[in-house]
Formats: sequence, C-alpha cells, structure tokens
Amino acid sequence: MARAVSTRRKLIVTLLAWTIGIAIFFPILWTVLTSFKTEAEAIASPPSLFFFDWTTENYAAVQSRSNYGLHFSNSVIISLGSTLLGLLIAIPAAWSMAFVPGKWTKDILMWMLSTKMLPPVGVLIPIYLMFRDTGLLDSRLGLVIVLTLINLPIIVWMLYTYFKEIPVDILEAARMDGAALWSEIIYVLTPMAVPGIASTLLLNVILAWNEAFWTLNLTAAKAAPLTAFIASYSSPEGLFYAKLSAASTMAIAPILILGWFSQKQLVRGLTFGAVK
Amino acid sequence: MATAHSRSAARLMISPAVILLLGWMIIPLSMTIYFSFLRYNLLSPGNESWAGFDNYRYFLTDPAFFDAMGNTFILVLGVLLITVVGGILLGLLLDQPFFGQGIVRILVIAPFFVMPTVSALVWKNMFMNPVNGLFAYMATAVGLEPFDFLSHAPLASIILIVSWQWLPFATLILLTALQSLDQEQLEASEMDGAGPINRFIFIMLPHLGRAITVVILIQTIFLLSIFAEILVTTNGGPGTATTNLTYLVYVQSLLQFDVGGGSAGGIVAVILANIVAIFLMRMIGKNLDA
Amino acid sequence: MKRFANVLLCASALSMLGTAALAEEITIATVNNGDMIRMQELSSTWEEMSGHTISWVVLEENVLRQRVTTDIATGGGQYDVMTIGTYEVPIWGKQGWLVSLNDLPASYEIDDLLPAIRGGLTVDGELYAAPFYGESSMVMYRTDLMQKAGMTMPEAPTWSFIREAAAAMTDKDAGIYGVCLRGKAGWGENMALLTATANSFGAKWFDMDWNAQFDSPQWKEALTFYIEMMNESGPPGAANNGFNENLALFQTGKCGMWIDATVAASFVTNPTDSQVADSVGFVLAPDNGLGKRGNWLWAWSLGIPAGTQKAETAKAFVEWATSKEYLALVAENEGWANVPPGTRTSLYENPEYAKVPFAKMTLDSINAADPQNPTVDKVPYVGVQFVAIPEFQGIATAVGQQFSAALAGTTSIDDALANAQALTTREMQKAGYPK
Repeated sequence: MARAVSTRRKLIVTLLAWTIGIAIFFPILWTVLTSFKTEAEAIASPPSLFFFDWTTENYAAVQSRSNYGLHFSNSVIISLGSTLLGLLIAIPAAWSMAFVPGKWTKDILMWMLSTKMLPPVGVLIPIYLMFRDTGLLDSRLGLVIVLTLINLPIIVWMLYTYFKEIPVDILEAARMDGAALWSEIIYVLTPMAVPGIASTLLLNVILAWNEAFWTLNLTAAKAAPLTAFIASYSSPEGLFYAKLSAASTMAIAPILILGWFSQKQLVRGLTFGAVK
Repeated sequence: MATAHSRSAARLMISPAVILLLGWMIIPLSMTIYFSFLRYNLLSPGNESWAGFDNYRYFLTDPAFFDAMGNTFILVLGVLLITVVGGILLGLLLDQPFFGQGIVRILVIAPFFVMPTVSALVWKNMFMNPVNGLFAYMATAVGLEPFDFLSHAPLASIILIVSWQWLPFATLILLTALQSLDQEQLEASEMDGAGPINRFIFIMLPHLGRAITVVILIQTIFLLSIFAEILVTTNGGPGTATTNLTYLVYVQSLLQFDVGGGSAGGIVAVILANIVAIFLMRMIGKNLDA
Repeated sequence: MKRFANVLLCASALSMLGTAALAEEITIATVNNGDMIRMQELSSTWEEMSGHTISWVVLEENVLRQRVTTDIATGGGQYDVMTIGTYEVPIWGKQGWLVSLNDLPASYEIDDLLPAIRGGLTVDGELYAAPFYGESSMVMYRTDLMQKAGMTMPEAPTWSFIREAAAAMTDKDAGIYGVCLRGKAGWGENMALLTATANSFGAKWFDMDWNAQFDSPQWKEALTFYIEMMNESGPPGAANNGFNENLALFQTGKCGMWIDATVAASFVTNPTDSQVADSVGFVLAPDNGLGKRGNWLWAWSLGIPAGTQKAETAKAFVEWATSKEYLALVAENEGWANVPPGTRTSLYENPEYAKVPFAKMTLDSINAADPQNPTVDKVPYVGVQFVAIPEFQGIATAVGQQFSAALAGTTSIDDALANAQALTTREMQKAGYPK
C-alpha cells in the first residue's frame, strides 16, 4: 500500500525544502555572482543580486596574476595520486580485515582511525626536516605521500565497511572451485566492490583537494595546488571581494562539478557502514 | 572457516597499511617527543639545550591552555549538536516526496565541496563583515545596528561556519539511513495509532543510532583539528576566545618558532586526542558490532 | 661535407646547452601587496632582459612570513629571493642566513638609499637586504569632512586634537566614522600601531633589564586613550580591522581620519580605486608633547637566503627590482604616484615626484623615525614598532590578542594590561632573558 500524499502537503514540503536548500547554497551562489561584479559593485549598498553590469574582468585579473593551470593540475595530480596510491594499499588491507577477521582486526581499525586525530601542527617541523633531507619539499611526490598517509585510515575504513556487506558465501563458492587468492579478488570480489571503491575514491579526492595545511606548508611554487592559489588572494590591499570571489569560484568549481555529477556514487559510499 | 593459508595471506595484505601508518605515526612523533624536552627555538639555532619538563610545565600552566581546552570542547560539541540535529531534521524533510528533489539535494550537498579556507574567507568578508558584509546590510535595512559577529560572538561565528560545511555530510548519511527504514514497519505503527512524534522516537531514532554514531565519529576526527577557519577569520581571538588546541600549538611552533614548546603542546594534544579517541572507539565499537 | 655538418650540429648543440645552463629559474616569495603585485607584472621585462625565468609565490603577509621563516631556519632552500622586513633582517643577518649585498655594482648607487632605511637593513656594516619600498606612518584625513566639521588640521597634530576632530567628524547615521585604526591582533597589525603610539605616550616594551613594562602608567594611558577614542568615533568591528580592512573603509569614504602606513597614500589618492581620491590630506603622525611622534619605520625588502644555489641570478633580480631604473619603469607605466616609495634619496629630489601630494610627508615621516632610540627613555632594544628579538613576534601577537579583546569590549583595559604583563614576563623568562 503506497502512502497517499496530499498535493497540498507535497506543495508545502516543496516550498520548505527549496527555501532551506537555497539558503544553504546561498553563500556559494553569492560568491559566484560577486565574482562577476566590479570591485565597487561588490561592496555596493544596497547590494544587487542579478541586476548589475556583468563583467569577467576579475577572472582576467586573476588569470594574469597567477598560473591557474599549474595550480589546477597540481591539485588534480596530488588528489588523484594520493587517492589511487591509498586505494592500492588499502584494498588488500580492508579485504583481509573484512573476510579474514582476526582477534585484533577491530583494534587495528580503531587504531588506524585514531592516527587521524594527531594534530598536524605538532609534527610539522619533524616532517619539514625529513622532507628537506629527502628533497621532497615542494614536490608533488612528497604531497602525494603525505596525503596518502593522512587519508589512508578513512580509505581503509570505508572499504572495510563496504567489503563487509559482500556475502561470504560467494567467496566460499569461489574457493571451493579452487580459485587462487588473487583470482578470487580480481574476478569475484572486485566487480562487487567497484561501487564501494568508486565512492571511496570520490570522497578522498574531495578531502585531498580541500586539504589546506600540508599542501600549504610543504610547497612553494612548483607543487603548490589550488589551496595555495587562494592564499594569495586572502587579504590583499584595497578592495578585493570581487577578485577573491573569482579566485574562490575557480578553486571550488572543479570539485563542485565533480561532486554534483557523481553525487549518487558519493552518497552511496558516504554511509561508512552506517546503513545496514 | 579461515584456513592457515588465508590467515597468513591476510596478514601479508594488511601489513603495508599497518607498517606505513605506524611509520607515519612513530617517526615524527618520536622526533616531536625528543624536541619537547629541548629548549629549541628555530630562530636561534645552535642554542638547543636539555630542558627537562620545562616545556610541558610552561604549556600546561599557560592560561591560554585552559581556554583552548574549553574552546576545543565547545567547538566540537557545538558543531556536532547543530549538524546532527539539523541533519536529522533536514533528512526527514528531504525524505518526503516533493518537486525537484534532485536539485534541492544538489544545493544542500554543495557546501561539503568547498575548501575550508574559501568558506572562511567568504563568510568572514562577504557576510559577517560589520560594514560591508551582507548581514550588516540586512540589519541596517530593517533598522538594526549591524552586529559584529567575529568580535562579539567569535566562537559562535566559527561554529556557524564549520557547521555550514559539515551539515551536508550529516544530512546525507542520515538521509540514506532514513531511506533504508522499513516502510511496512512505519505503516504498521501508523495503523496502531502512533503519532508522528512517537513514530520518530520509537522507530526512526533507534534505526538512526548507527548513522548518528558514524557522523559523530567522522566529524570529531576532523573537528578536533579545525585550523584554517580560525586562522582566516579570527586568528584565535579576540584574546583567546577562539583559540583551540590545534591553534595554540600552531601559535607556539609557527608564530613563536618555539619548537620545544610547540612540541610539548603537540604531545599534550596527541594525548588528549587519544583519550577522546578511546572514548569514541568504545562507543563506536559497541554500536558497529550490533 | 657531411662531417662538417656534424661538427656544426655538435657545436650548435653545445652552445644551446651553454645558454640553457645560464638561464635559470628563480623562485621568489613575496607579499600580496599592491606594489609587489606590480613588480610581478613588470618582471617580464627583467626576464626578457636577462634570459632567466621567475616562478612567483605570492601570499598573504602572515602566511608568507611563517613560510619563509620556517624555510630559512631549517635550510629548506625552497626560495631564492624572499620578501622580508626590517624586523627579520637584523635577526637573520646576525645568524648568517642572508647573502650580503655589499658587492652590488657601483651603478646601483648604494649611497642613494635613504639612510634611515639602509641602517635598518644593515648588520655590522653588511647590507643584508635591498629595500623595495619603505614606509613610516602618518595621518591621512578627509579634507572635506574636516572642513565640514569646522576644524583645521595642523601640520603636526597632537593626540588630543585627533580625538577631538574624530568626534566632530563622526556621523554614525551616515556611516562615517571619525577615525579608523588597526584593531586586528598581530604584531604587524594592531601592535605596530599601538607600540608606535605608546612610544609617543612615553611607554616602552622593556626597561634596561628586559623587564616587561605593561604595568606602567604610560601604557595604561596610551591604551585607554586608544580604546576610548575608538569607542567614540571608530567603525564597528574595529577589533578585526587591519591595514587592508581600513584601507577599504577609507577608500569607500567611511573614515574621517586614518593613521597608518605612508604607502597607503598612493592607494587612497588613486581615482580608480578610491572614491575619495581628490579630498585626502596628509600630516605627520600625532605626538603627546613628549618629543616622540607615534610613527613607525618599516621597509619591505628583498633578501637572498644564504643556502641558495642561484645567488648570482637572485642578486641580479634584487638589483633590478630595487634600482632607480625600476622606479623609472613604474613611473613610465603607471605614473609617478605609483612608484614604490621611501627607498631612494634621488626619488625625492626628482622634480616630477615632488608633484605627488604625499611625497614630502612620506619623507618627513620616515626621517622622523629613529629605530635606535625609539622611545622617550633609553631601552635595550632596536626597532620603533617592534623589538628586534626572535621572541617578539610570538609575544606581541599574544599581547595584540589581549588589546584586541579590550577594544572589542570582551576584556577590561586593566585586565588586558595585566594579562599582557604576565604573558610577556612568562615568555621572556622562558626564553632566558635577561641575556
């Protein structure tokens, strides 16, 4: 029996949901709109929502001052690289924890998560010194390594909760057929795990893209991603709202669009095993 | 069920992750512990000397330390409260049928993708600024004195900004959990004459328990080390009103370049974080097994 | 014939290798201030001229300072040129972290640098950084609002006049605030203003034995004056306003007076950015009749870290960016008013530059500052708005937090001073003073 929903109720819910949705989204919308205003208009009182002289001069100014392409490609390389490397390490670990649980499995998992609670500032100087000595300062490789390690616990956990939902019977059947461990992983497990891996990948790309402590402190010019790009617009002299908005829009747009297009996959993975 | 063979294979497969994380934790941490017993200022190299527990004594007796503990606590709890309650309410709303569900969900999810630095900059300058911000304009438009958020309610303002970033996350998890709720069970209870509030308390809330735990766990991990939002908006002030532990350690090690003191602070923060971790893990462990 | 062609090819390949080795890429870290952004824009001229290339790291001041300090102190070697100030240079120079610039060619005319600025960048006779622009602080005020208030600004105002004028100019309903001053916590933000102001009230950071002096009546007088004046005539949210926020306020016509860096003069008089460009006047920073004015001295300068492999190329860039030719290049492109000020005597002797409305006042303000004798009494430290010891930035930022809280009204003036005294004493003890 489907629940009958009165049209009136549906209309009220629609109105309420849209109002809240727009309110939550408004800061982003406002930023994008401001990025098309002139600096004077950006702080004009009363502010105008849509009816102003649209201009792209801020984007031109930002583009002429900073190498957006470089920062963008650094962000892509660092976030994708660290996520892929993390998956490579985490998939076997999560697999074995999910299917061959030992006495310590849960403790290892919890310990892994607890490493994420270390305040990064506390270990910046040691890491900086180590990076200096290994020549990893201002290198994409260095950032890939650090971000992999930082997000590894989350990756392992997400995959673990995902793998746990795969029925063990299927694996047993495969084993009975004499499938080797690796072929078991490749032919049986992987196809079932792909959605989980995909959403883990998405979430971690987002987390790595937005990571602003290590990416800012371990880079200078060559490996600096978009977080560093934003830092050069954060409080310059004079009026800067419009240029800041343009730079912000450029920094968040790629990940926002990626997130929107893949939101179904993302949402599925975001449950962390919270939904049975 | 597991054979000896698969057990050793499992150990082999788990070891890269464990070894890497162990290395990541132990190497810098042992260096930090070593530094924490030194009188070591980055700006006067060559003057390092053994300091014993001096750094710890100074850090723990610093009046800012207690403020920072309190602020960390309020910040984490405040954001958790807002996002969990807000997330449940929003989840319940979005779970209803209405026009344009897909678009509204896209709107609600968006803040999660925004870099913390960007969101802090945007909120601080374009909304909360008492002269040029939008809130100030709205206040004057209705004849009120503009409220100076970051001076007079600094911690609350940061809680607001951070909650805005994390509300989508909580909403999504809770919404997914709500959607998996057994419709028949709900309908049965409805027929038994249970009102909406009773239905929520006795059927939905227990069902959401697991999801709420997960939201709390994941968010706590990130909220304990909130940094960018504070750095951008208030620099920990006014006074120490928005200094959390992470920020205090930052001040010690990167503003004063006192590596010894900063390291001691870092170790204290690690210990406290681990206490929270153990507490959380207990709670989570119970809930996840169930 | 074929062999000859081969030889030729080899030779040309070799010569290409030669030029490739000569052309270097240097990394320059700088602040996102207007003058530096202009330098970044104009640097393609230098790239074409020298054949070298530059990669820029442009950051907000606080982030930049933290990054370059970490890098130089640990010998990270990520940068070939760093933008640093008169606070860093004496400390870093003493540590041997910077490349000496004494061997710049004669054409650079090192003696043309303003003596006050050059002195601040010299340690034991070695110039460790070349000044890119120098600044002091002065009063910028709206001539139209001053007239409307029926008052006349003297050439060298006193603090009590400023307070009176601020009250007279304030019209909160119209969104006009008599005086805008820094309130944002930070040693380079509110503490620069407050330390310089306190100097003119006879207050000081430390006595000759390095004892903190925030319990002195002079500090109480200075801080009370500042907070009372800001409460009467300052803008809302002043506790979060730094240089940039105040600049935006002044440019949009919301401030009657603004006491801040002389370098701001070119921004507030630039008609494309400033709505009040044609009604701004300049006078010396105020005093309190004790013989010291409340103005500071600062120079953003280009220094070369001692560890760099590309010292020669870096030096060539520093020489170009701080040369007379660079000033002329800016003048040609953007007009004389936008030339980086406060570094060279010859600029102030230039009749073209003398037409710029704030030229004379900038020079007078710079000359009125004396980093060697910053306060009324004798003190053991160097620096007008700072104390040139490594511990200062941490301490002053924490003190700045206290004073910012007092301005916001969340702490009382007495408590703020007591906290400042306690934390300064603590930190100085921890650092092992008196040394």
